[in-house]
This record gives sequence, structure tokens and C-alpha cells, in this order.
Amino acid sequence: MTPALPALCRDCLRRFSAPPGPGRARCPACRSPRTLRHAELETLSIAHVDCDAFYASVEKRDDPALRDRPVIVGGGRRGVVSAACYLARMRGVRSAMPMFQAMRLCPDAAVRAPRMEVYAHASRRIRALMDELTPLVEPLSLDEAFLDLSGCERLHRAPPAALLARLARRIEDEVGVTVSVGLSHCKFLAKIASDLDKPRGYSLIGRAETEDFLRDKPLSIIWGVGEATRARLARDGLTHVRDVLRADPRQLIARHGAMGRRLLELAQGRDSRKVAPDAPTRSLSAETTFEADLSAPDLLDAHLWRLVEKVAARAKARGLAGRVATLKLKRADHRLLTRRATLTEPTQLADRLHRALRPLLERALPEAPFRLIGAGLSELTQAQEGDRMADLLDPDAARRAQAERAADLIRARFGDGAIAKGRALSAGGFRISEKKSSTTRGGGAADQD
Amino acid sequence: MKISIERATLLKAMSRAQGVVERRTTIPILSNVLIEASGDGASIRATDLDVEVVDRVPAMVEQAGATTVGAHTLHEIVRKLPDGAMVSLHHDAASERLHIVAGRSHFSLATLPREDFPVMASSEYDVTFAAPAPMLRRLFDKAKFAISTEETRYYLNGVYMHVADGPEGRSLRCVATDGHRLARVDAPVPAGAEAAPGVIVPRKTVGELKKLLEDDEAEITVSISETKIRFATPELALTSKVIDGSFPDYTRVIPLHNSRRLEVDAADFAAAVDRVATVSSERSRAVKLKLDQDRLVLSVNAPDTGAAEEELVVAYDAEPLEIGFNAKYLLEIAGQIERENAVFMFNSPGEPALVREGDDESAVYVVMPMRV
Repeated sequence: MTPALPALCRDCLRRFSAPPGPGRARCPACRSPRTLRHAELETLSIAHVDCDAFYASVEKRDDPALRDRPVIVGGGRRGVVSAACYLARMRGVRSAMPMFQAMRLCPDAAVRAPRMEVYAHASRRIRALMDELTPLVEPLSLDEAFLDLSGCERLHRAPPAALLARLARRIEDEVGVTVSVGLSHCKFLAKIASDLDKPRGYSLIGRAETEDFLRDKPLSIIWGVGEATRARLARDGLTHVRDVLRADPRQLIARHGAMGRRLLELAQGRDSRKVAPDAPTRSLSAETTFEADLSAPDLLDAHLWRLVEKVAARAKARGLAGRVATLKLKRADHRLLTRRATLTEPTQLADRLHRALRPLLERALPEAPFRLIGAGLSELTQAQEGDRMADLLDPDAARRAQAERAADLIRARFGDGAIAKGRALSAGGFRISEKKSSTTRGGGAADQD
Repeated sequence: MKISIERATLLKAMSRAQGVVERRTTIPILSNVLIEASGDGASIRATDLDVEVVDRVPAMVEQAGATTVGAHTLHEIVRKLPDGAMVSLHHDAASERLHIVAGRSHFSLATLPREDFPVMASSEYDVTFAAPAPMLRRLFDKAKFAISTEETRYYLNGVYMHVADGPEGRSLRCVATDGHRLARVDAPVPAGAEAAPGVIVPRKTVGELKKLLEDDEAEITVSISETKIRFATPELALTSKVIDGSFPDYTRVIPLHNSRRLEVDAADFAAAVDRVATVSSERSRAVKLKLDQDRLVLSVNAPDTGAAEEELVVAYDAEPLEIGFNAKYLLEIAGQIERENAVFMFNSPGEPALVREGDDESAVYVVMPMRV
């Protein structure tokens, strides 16, 4: 007779034992089918928590009328998708897709301009809930983080798996967005796990099944294997994890250097990277790879704006400002171009970052088409050391900065209510928000009020 | 080509050439200098395609001719030769090598054909005038600290030289700004300069110009067109493209109506700013100025590292004021003030301040405050 396995109800958090077998066990207490059953349920402790379609979820939270409609966050001042809810994703909408394409796939979508400060605010609240569980929280971006819950069992009187189920429930209740949890024995597998059952998912990958789980996966599942590496490995006949496991380790390392070593380790499910909360942030960046190589200046600039907003939101969430702005572009032949601009003082404002990077993009256009664009901020200092001086020659800059700050403040303080009114005005969606956007872009703050 | 040049003369010319030659260039010929010998001298020419410097040096010319050779290597060789040496340069057309002989040292360097060397076309200039070196030196020296290094606004990467109506009448004026501070320096218009077009002289050219303006007695011939500017003495010519852009209208950012007047000894002020800024851990060191009835309190408060305060006796009888500045900007401006007291004109803590030397309005500086 097979021994019963530890099990957990994700709704009422009841722990119980359940026999192994197909199908999900129902919770003996609340009868919910949302249960977990796993041999290593009580021992796995490295988690990856990832919000589901974060920006779109926040929009749905703030406007219940959107709940059953496909929602696209994007457009804003430019025309690319920042985020799409699962309803929109089912129709083929993807983030970083040009807006017109997204609207063709999903003409009935509700389009919302990104409100990065609101997302940053929600992110901070989620982070606070995580901090209650463990000091070892390593945020990767606004909407995902690694948690190391080893040794917290005593403190919280529950195994990590249960703590995470409670965390997911609290985030739903208190912040109003859903998350997906991946729990495993290392970061690499925890991140894969959180993606297995999205949205509102919870997956475990135990030590015992690690090898079986990985064996037949394509190599692209491995962190750090991008398009270029994948192609190079494929030329050597390596396309799946099993090929790496079968290859001669020495030859692999000889041919692929550090990448070969990492492949070897990760293919066996070994990842020694620690969850590192205190790694001082050296730089903030965001990047996106296009589905098809891109040369259109407007669209590239649209992507740049979206990324700059993301980076600025992260800087604001962490109270940081940076002095060096970086533009990253990858050409169709995979050659990487990096362009940097040093600012006269550190900034955390999307407007200033964009003004620094746009000319760099313009100068790099002869190298187009590009397959990837990225924006970064480095040489970071505390926020109060940045954005302290006005510009003699650009009095509008001060007003634009004030507008960006005022928006941050209002949203942080009055949040949802204050914004609901404003949103009602732009409920027309795509067209209106697009039009509004070009005013902001071309004419500066003056034209807006 | 076969010539002999005194080592010190050649070294000076090569140092000047070095300043213009780009260290890293993808065009090999731009690492070279062009040496042309004829009559009783040689000219040594270097360029980065934007700036060109030509030095005419006395030489014993045995055989006229020309060649180009690596500027860096030749400079290093000449620098290491003993003082007082006569340096012989002989270009052997057959081997395409330049032989350098001094005493018992012998070098031979690879050359590139002179025809490949880009010589800046001496275009037509709209205006040519003569100006004494000290006057030009003052115009550029006092303005250059404010030149921007920010690439985004490339038109600020130089000194804007133009003719304008100043407080003391028509003036030849230099203006530079990076958006945080601004310098405006005036001099009487030299004869013949009245019609000169306004040009933005690039930062690098301003730097090279310093070497040309060292001699107090020199009379500099300045030639200007819409696209180029040239500064020349009989021995030396510096030709530069000007920045292709329009300088912003700076007149509206100079606060003429600030009424709170502070007068302070510039050297004392600078020393005090420098001292209190020591405790600041930030890269942009913010200093707070607190003014009240002939008293100036300078302070820095850096929560992580410490605090500092210093009091100065000054002349100030306007309403009390607290205002913050980047210490570096204050030091740079105070450094321009040499003879009289520094006069600061403030308005409010959020608005730019005007600084000048006594009541001399031929050089004024504007500086943006900083949140402290």
C-alpha cells in the first residue's frame, strides 16, 4: 500500500494527508478542490511568486466593470502593449506587441494607459506582506520575487508551502490581485514552477522528480539560454535537457565555457544561487525582445517609452535615482549595441530618462532593424540626491517633473477613488488615450492643462 | 624630405599636435601628423576632421617634401631625446620610412602618403579681425567652466561667441551653459568684428585655444564663417568647425531683477564652501546658504556622514533667506572672481541667482539653486 502524502488546502489552509493518485484531492474541511499534494510538501522552501498579468489585474481591481472583459494596458503616450489580461492573451495579445496589432486581434478590449505609480504602490504592499514571512526576499521586478523560507517553519508554525498559500490568499484579499507560486529546492526550478499553472497557480517541483521533469524540456527553459545560445547549442545537436545530460561534460565546458558549466549544473537541477535580498541594486533595467525585427522609429520609441516608465517606476518604488542612462539594442545579427548617457544629476523620472535616451536611439537607427531594445539606469543614489535642480533652459521640464510627481502623490494618497473618476473620462479606450498621449508627447505639459 | 629641427621646438609642436589627434581612431591616417618642409621651415599639421592645428617651425631644410607619421610615436621619441639635441627627419621615398636621427639614436617609422591626409579646406570667411590674446583668453577662460558635456543638447557643448548689446554697449560676447549654470562674458567689439556671425566653438577647440593664447603680446587673427572659425598667429593656426546647431535664447534666463544683494570676499567664500562640503558623501555636494543681517551661515547636513557649519561676515541687509547650491558650482564661479568682492543677487530659494565681480557687468554668472 502506498503511503499517504502530505496535502494542503489552498483555500482554508488546512493540512491533511491524502493518498497518491490521479485527480486532485478535495479538502476534508472545506471541500475545495484547490489542494496540493506532494511528497516534499513540507520540505521545499525556495519560492518564486509571480503576479498574474499584474498591470491588467490592477486595472481590473480598480474597475470591476472590466472583470469579464479583455483588458490591455498600453497605448498611453505610445502604441505598444504593456500588459494584457488572460482574456486578452487567449486571443493572442502579447506584451510588447504593437497596439494596432493587439486591437486587430482583440477589437473589444478595454485599453488603459499604464499607471506605473499605482502598480508600484501595489508592489510595495505585496512586498510588505512578503517581508512579514522572511527577510530573504529578492524582488526581480515590480511583480515577481524569490523568497527563501528555509528555517521559517518554527517561527510561523507552518511549513513554507502553507505560508505561501496564506501569502497568496492575503495578496488576493488585501491587494486585490492574484499570484502564481512556484515552490522548489532552488531558484531556477522555483521560477519554472510558478509558470506551470498560471494564473492563480501553485506548483511544486521536488528533488525526487527534478530529473524526470527536466529531461524532455527544450533547452530554452534554462535561465540564460536565449535565442543565440539556443541556435549555437542546436548546431552541436543539443536541443533538449536530455542531450546535455548525455553529452561529455568536459567537451561541453570546453566548447561553451561558463555557459557550458551552467547548462550542466542546471540540467541536473542544481542551482547554487542564493536568494539575495541585500544585493545592493547596482542598476535597474528593462528590456523586450520583438516577435519580428523592428526598424520603425516610432514603434521603437514607443517601446523605449514603455521600458523607461517601467524603470522609473522601479526606481521610485525603491527610492533610488540614477546618473547614467543606458540604451541597449540588439541587431538582427545578434550584435549588441550599448549606448550610455551621463546625466547632470541623478534622476528617477521617466521624462528625463526618456529625453536622455531618445537621441541615442535616433543615432543608432542606421543599425536597424533590431530584435531587442532595453533601457537602464545605473550609478544609483538615494532618491533625495536626485532631481534637485531645475533647468535654466527648459522651464517646461520642471513642470513636467511636477506633473509626474503630482500624479505619483495623488495616486499614492487617494489611489483608487481619485483615479476612478479620471478613468471614466477616458473610458472610450484606445482612441482617446492615444490622442491624449500625443498631446503630452509633442507639446509638453503646457498643452495638457 | 630631409630636415633638421631643434628638439625643444619640435617637442612643443608635437605636444600641440598630440592634443588634437584622437587617441582611438578607426581611420589610421588621423593618428598621423603631416610634416611639410619648404623654404626655411616645416609645418606640422594634425587634425581630427573637426579641429586642425598647423604649427610653423623653423627648420634647416636640406630637401623639401612631405610625409605623414604617427603623432604619438614621434611625440614620445622627441620627448625622450636629450635636451638641446638636433633632430634630423629624413623621409626615404623608396622604403616609405621616416628616419629620425639624433646623436647616436636612430629610429625609422612607417609613414602614410601625404595625399591621404585630410587637409581642412580653407574656406571663405565672412569676417576677419584682430584681437589681443589676453582679451580672447578672458572671454573663453571665464566662460568655459559652464560648457555642457551632455550629448543630448549637443548645441551646449561649446562656447557661443557672438556680437551683442551688452551693459557697456556693443560687445564681443562669449556664453556657455549646461542648464544649471551659465556664464556670460563681454569684451569691446574689435574693429572689423561687428558683422561676425554667432558661432558655437566646440569644447575641444576651446581647450586647444588656451595654448595659442598663452602669449600676452600676441595679436590673434580671428576669421569666422557660418561653419568654421580660425585663430591664427604667424606661427600657429587653429581651424575648427563650429557646432551645427542654434544656441538657445539665453537672455531670458539671466535674472536682471533679483534684489537681495550679498557681497562677500570671493576667496573667503570659496574656502568656506570647500571646507563645509568636505562632510558631504554625495557626488553633487549640496551646501545651504543661510542669510540674515550681514551674516552668512554655510552648512552641509549629510545624515550618513556628518554635518558642518561655518559663519562668514558679509554685507547683506535684505530679508532673511535660505537657499541651497551645488558646492562645485559655487566654487567654479567664485574661482572666476579675482579682483573685487563677489556679489550675489538672489530672489527666492527656488529661482536662479546672479553672480558678478563687484558691480562689473562685463562678466556675469547665473546658477540654479538646489533642493536641500
